[in-house]
Amino acid sequence: MEKTFTISVFTENSVGMLNRITIIFTRRHLNIESITASESEIANVFRYTIVLKTTDEQVNKVIGQIEKLIEVLKAFVHEDDDIVHQEIALYKVKMNHASSNELEKVIRENYARILAIDPHYIVIEKTGHTTETQSLFDKLKSFGILEFARSGRVAVTKPMKELSQYLKEIN
Amino acid sequence: MNVEKISGAKALILSLLHENIHTIFGYPGGAIMPIYDALYDFEKEINHILVRHEQGAIHAAQGYARVSGKCGVVFATSGPGATNLITGLADAMIDSTPIVCITGQVSSHLLGTDAFQETDVIGISMPVTKWNIQITKASDIPMAIAKAFFIATSGRPGPVLIDITKDAQFELFNYQYNKCHFIRSYNPLPKIDLNKIELASQLINEAKKPLLLIGQGIILSGAENELKTFIEKANIPTASTLLGLGALSANHALYVGYLGMHGDYAPNIKTNECDVLIAIGMRFDDRVTGDVSRYAKQAKIIHIDIDQAEINKIIKTDVAIHADAKMALQELTKLVDINKHESWLQEFKDAKKIEVDTLFENEKQNYTHELKMEEVIKCLSSITNGEAIIVTDVGQHQMMTSRYYKFLNTKSNVSSGGLGTMGFGLPAAIGAKLGNPNKQVIAIIGDGGFQMTLQELGTILQSKIAVKILILNNRFLGMVRQWQELFFEKRYSFTEMISPDYIKLANAYNIEALQITEKENLEEGILKMLQCTSSFLLEVKVAKESNVFPMIPTGASVAEIRLK
Ligand SMILES: Cc1ncc(C[n+]2csc(CCOP(=O)(O)OP(=O)(O)O)c2C)c(N)n1
Repeated sequence: MEKTFTISVFTENSVGMLNRITIIFTRRHLNIESITASESEIANVFRYTIVLKTTDEQVNKVIGQIEKLIEVLKAFVHEDDDIVHQEIALYKVKMNHASSNELEKVIRENYARILAIDPHYIVIEKTGHTTETQSLFDKLKSFGILEFARSGRVAVTKPMKELSQYLKEIN
Repeated sequence: MNVEKISGAKALILSLLHENIHTIFGYPGGAIMPIYDALYDFEKEINHILVRHEQGAIHAAQGYARVSGKCGVVFATSGPGATNLITGLADAMIDSTPIVCITGQVSSHLLGTDAFQETDVIGISMPVTKWNIQITKASDIPMAIAKAFFIATSGRPGPVLIDITKDAQFELFNYQYNKCHFIRSYNPLPKIDLNKIELASQLINEAKKPLLLIGQGIILSGAENELKTFIEKANIPTASTLLGLGALSANHALYVGYLGMHGDYAPNIKTNECDVLIAIGMRFDDRVTGDVSRYAKQAKIIHIDIDQAEINKIIKTDVAIHADAKMALQELTKLVDINKHESWLQEFKDAKKIEVDTLFENEKQNYTHELKMEEVIKCLSSITNGEAIIVTDVGQHQMMTSRYYKFLNTKSNVSSGGLGTMGFGLPAAIGAKLGNPNKQVIAIIGDGGFQMTLQELGTILQSKIAVKILILNNRFLGMVRQWQELFFEKRYSFTEMISPDYIKLANAYNIEALQITEKENLEEGILKMLQCTSSFLLEVKVAKESNVFPMIPTGASVAEIRLK
């Protein structure tokens, strides 16, 4: 059965890591839903957060292949219940006098933020799960969305052995 | 103190010497010229073999590594030189062979500009290397080489590629070398979980019909003696994959044969009858398992492998032991009971008899005066006493060799297993001869595969390499023809193959050669080849349309192995 998995990969900071990781998915014909990368809590250790829909069996094989990469310190796989995750979405929406009251209401009700205002448009930010950012998207549609961008998922885990613990164990 | 600065190119050579490398296979070109220039001063210390094609260099390095247990080293230039290595990298990757490839690259300021002979070798080789790195500064060369050897030779071995820009080869710096023994993100030697060993030993001790499958992991971990001690104590019949052949002598009382598609009848059918299946240093390739949904379903499975990603990849295990084969066998031997499985072993003998009798019947029914591949291999096996190093190419002759050559020694069988690379045989044999010069090295090759890399006859000529070449010429791409006969209604689409005059060809390279067409000349011809002190080419004309049996057709289970 296909499920949504979030994979966290911790790697050394070396050239080409993203490529090394993604070809493992390509080879198995798996489509990555989103991927983000950033430095982790440990200096020079990078964290990749990858979301994909697949089966338990496939995801475990993929984790095995990822951990085999020389510069990968550790890879974890989680289902949605085990993590706290968030995405950020930016909406650039048309502005005019007629719609401004209505727009303000939508922003308030959805706990969104205004980042920039221009006579012709307004930039709105909303963080949340995909369903939430999508629902705001649907509500803003009627005002005229000029641009829309949603980030990949970032996630931290609920209970988990810390990476630094793993590093101590290997060292 | 004033230390003399040296070039990156010279530092590379010194680093290789530090790693005890004295044999290199390579081919020069623009982007690697500074390295070749540095090499010029090390003629005494380094034996560089000039091949005729970079694919030949890497296959030779593979042959060298497989028989010597050392790391093979390859030099190639950028662009086409580097891309010519890809087949060999893929082959070494899947067959776990330690190789370090050094490729030249255009100068760093030209990277990404489509400069002459610039190719993204790091990108191209990423999926077929265990690790790769591009170096643009001379001072990074020693560290990269040290890491490369550590990675290539430790854990599950594999190929590594280092791409060095031309400016880094020229650049002067203060050279210093430190061997690499540790990389924090890489754990080549997993700690054994003794609880798992305990569980495995319980299963083994309770088993009435245990069966052990061994792969190349035994050879790579140097566990041949530990394997013998273990199976003799627990009295377990043992079968081998293609790459495991020789890890246990074919004469050993507990050796029950060769696994897989063209393997022996007994170990294949018994895989689906055993109660405990122990697999060590093998990865359940589909050529071994046939249909996995009908593979050893009745058995408890114990899998020992140093590569965690192999465990549960194909076959679900009951006890998974992530460990080096040698260490695992030592621990396991302590806990297993001394045992006897006489009636179970007898079943293997009975099955073997069925195979021998049926094949003999087939042979009688299809008798012709033509020579058969198996006759040639049997003859070679008995004349050499199973003591030669045998290198095969890919096809029917490879399967016949695996079936009928009695490998008595470890590291005596070199074959392209996982990738099945035609053209592997001749260059790999060149490397094998250099890796173990005191042994008779015989390349057994089909007429198709020989024509893929026959340019390496030039390497044999120039470097005076005393390999013996046995061409089994059936005037067909035999293995494909067999499949066409069995599964495509004998529609022989582009499998008939014309050969040049191999005798004249060999002679043109100053290699003595002989052609055999008649049975009565076979033994004499083989003797002549073996007695020759330099290289020798023996062409044997074998039956055009002969098949390799037994056979597990694609999609069938191991129990459905066909004897005819
Ligand atoms: C590079 C490459 N191309 C194609 C194949 C597919 N293939 C496998 S066996 C075979 C026939 C080999 O013929 P030959 O070398 O004459 O050996 P024989 O089977 O007749 O012993 C072919 C074409 C391959 N394994 N490798």
